[in-house]
Amino acid sequence: MSLAVRPHPDPGPSAPRGAEATGGSAGPSSSTPGSPGRSPAALRPRTSGQRRRRRRRDALLFGALIAPNLIAIIVFSYYPALYNIGLSFMEWDFVAPSPEFVGLENYLDLFTDPSFGQVLLNTLVFTGVSVVGSIVGGLLLGSLLATKVPLTGFAQTMAFAPHMLPGAAVGILWLFMFDPNYGLSRWLFSLVGASSPDWTTTSDWSLWAITIAYTWQRLGFVTVICYTAILDLPKDLYEAAALDGAHGGKLLRHLTLPLLSPIMFFLSITGIISAAQAFDIISIMTSGGPGVSSSTLSWMVYEEAFQKFDIGTASAAATVLLLILLAITYLQVRVGDRKVNYDS
Amino acid sequence: MSALTLNSRKASEAADGPGINRGRRRGPRRPAWMTGLLIAGVLTTLAVFLIPLFWLFSSSLKPHGDIYSWPLQWIPTSLTVDNFVEAWNSAPFDRFFLNSIVTTAVGTFLEISLAILCAYAFVFVDFRFKKFAFALIIASLMLPGHVTLIVNYITVANLGWLNSYAGIILPGIASAFAMFLLYQFMRTLDKDILQAAEIDGAGHIRRMLTIVVPLSSPMILTATLIVMVGKWNEYVWPLIVTSTSTMRTLPIGLLFLRSQEGYSNWGVILAGAVFVSLPMLILFFLAQKRIIGGLAAGAMK
Repeated sequence: MSLAVRPHPDPGPSAPRGAEATGGSAGPSSSTPGSPGRSPAALRPRTSGQRRRRRRRDALLFGALIAPNLIAIIVFSYYPALYNIGLSFMEWDFVAPSPEFVGLENYLDLFTDPSFGQVLLNTLVFTGVSVVGSIVGGLLLGSLLATKVPLTGFAQTMAFAPHMLPGAAVGILWLFMFDPNYGLSRWLFSLVGASSPDWTTTSDWSLWAITIAYTWQRLGFVTVICYTAILDLPKDLYEAAALDGAHGGKLLRHLTLPLLSPIMFFLSITGIISAAQAFDIISIMTSGGPGVSSSTLSWMVYEEAFQKFDIGTASAAATVLLLILLAITYLQVRVGDRKVNYDS
Repeated sequence: MSALTLNSRKASEAADGPGINRGRRRGPRRPAWMTGLLIAGVLTTLAVFLIPLFWLFSSSLKPHGDIYSWPLQWIPTSLTVDNFVEAWNSAPFDRFFLNSIVTTAVGTFLEISLAILCAYAFVFVDFRFKKFAFALIIASLMLPGHVTLIVNYITVANLGWLNSYAGIILPGIASAFAMFLLYQFMRTLDKDILQAAEIDGAGHIRRMLTIVVPLSSPMILTATLIVMVGKWNEYVWPLIVTSTSTMRTLPIGLLFLRSQEGYSNWGVILAGAVFVSLPMLILFFLAQKRIIGGLAAGAMK
């Protein structure tokens, strides 16, 4: 910033007059570093020329430094997102020489297909339950782990471990636990004298199977963020409040929750975005089945594009996903601006 | 709740400090029943996270009969590595491992390099459209990956990169999250050293490499770990761009195992899941403070 604009600091203040190699910047004023732009009137044109050159060089450098990242983002994020919207008005199977324009047909097909309603509902349930469940549970477990009792340190570490596992491994693990004959599910249900449902292969339970597995993985992450945030709360505010006689529920309602609101806000946005894209657990555990009973929008995009090769439908579904997420993010930012307390 | 207890306890401790005698001296100690309740809560938490993990690891080490026994065999009657041997031999797991290591290492290196260059530019170089460029990069975090899946597949196919490392790696090297982490960190660096270096005639590139990168190395390491975990666990993209078993990565190998063994050989499938999980779990136990700290920093800024 302030470093950037400055007349040549080079070859040294005592360079003899004849040393024109410094680009003609000889002269008493430019030889003292630390007073950029304050040169006498006679030297100003030269100095501002240098400044312009410096600025151009900085601009070039800036461009060169951010270009690789920016180009990658444009080529692999923005361009595909836009092109995807275009494809949603086409019909294509990856094989035909070129996509064929069909207008809104893909969208009409989607919204008149009852199974798409089911997919939307599944996405809503999966996302809603996992986000609310992980945040409520994470706040609870997080405030527990922020206390100093034996084992909290170990529990803090273990809570985060599920987040390190690949979703594919989490899927395998829960698939096994849900096994009605040999899984922990049978044991758990046998405690109350019931038999385990066939979680992943019956349409009544499949959505719950993937939702539980995903929520478990997410819960660890949220718990860890929550206890870190709680340990980070400003102690002096609590001291002041305690001196004023506030305690228990009052502290929670008027101090802790408002102070944690930016984190909750962040966790809900990122939670919705990642749940709506959850894929590996679904792919391993149910493949969206039986039927469409555990299919979400993200699974549907994959299935339509890469198993049924119906690019138009897949792109339309992906566009719907994009619009829903953008709308939610927009709403959250609007509501967040008003309700979330950021000044701590 | 319990955090409150903690904090209000600290508060009363402070209030009861030397010089202040407030009469009501219940002491800083938490009532015993509450400590009991808290410990019970922590044990429950541990059960929630630990039992599934324990179940995964213990079952992968159980002989066939133990897995299919009722009542459940919590502690294996004997430990065996048969499941691991069988899993390893039932699919080209050596190749999956190699692919995962190469794509993760190269991808992480590229992504972190781009992030460093970019973060340096945003913190230390002046430019008119800086704000706009920054917004453009950060806003890309809002784009769900599934929206870019189809077109990226088309792009990679057109470039002839299907079933290649380039195809797996390159679409994932753009960096917004790591760039943001590094940007936040570099902003806190002491500007005086840089100014001194500039007076000594060091250009931007030299200042970046000899001053900013070394000073930022703790955060670079954290960002590297987080990015690495993400790439190792990546599933949907490698699934799409690879179709030959020699190019699959480990998580896709799991899908392979599952569809091959069905529900008839759980031990082998679970052993595969352990193969995939173990490297990142070991990494995590070695560097948990960094990984958690980095993610928390990302969440709270």
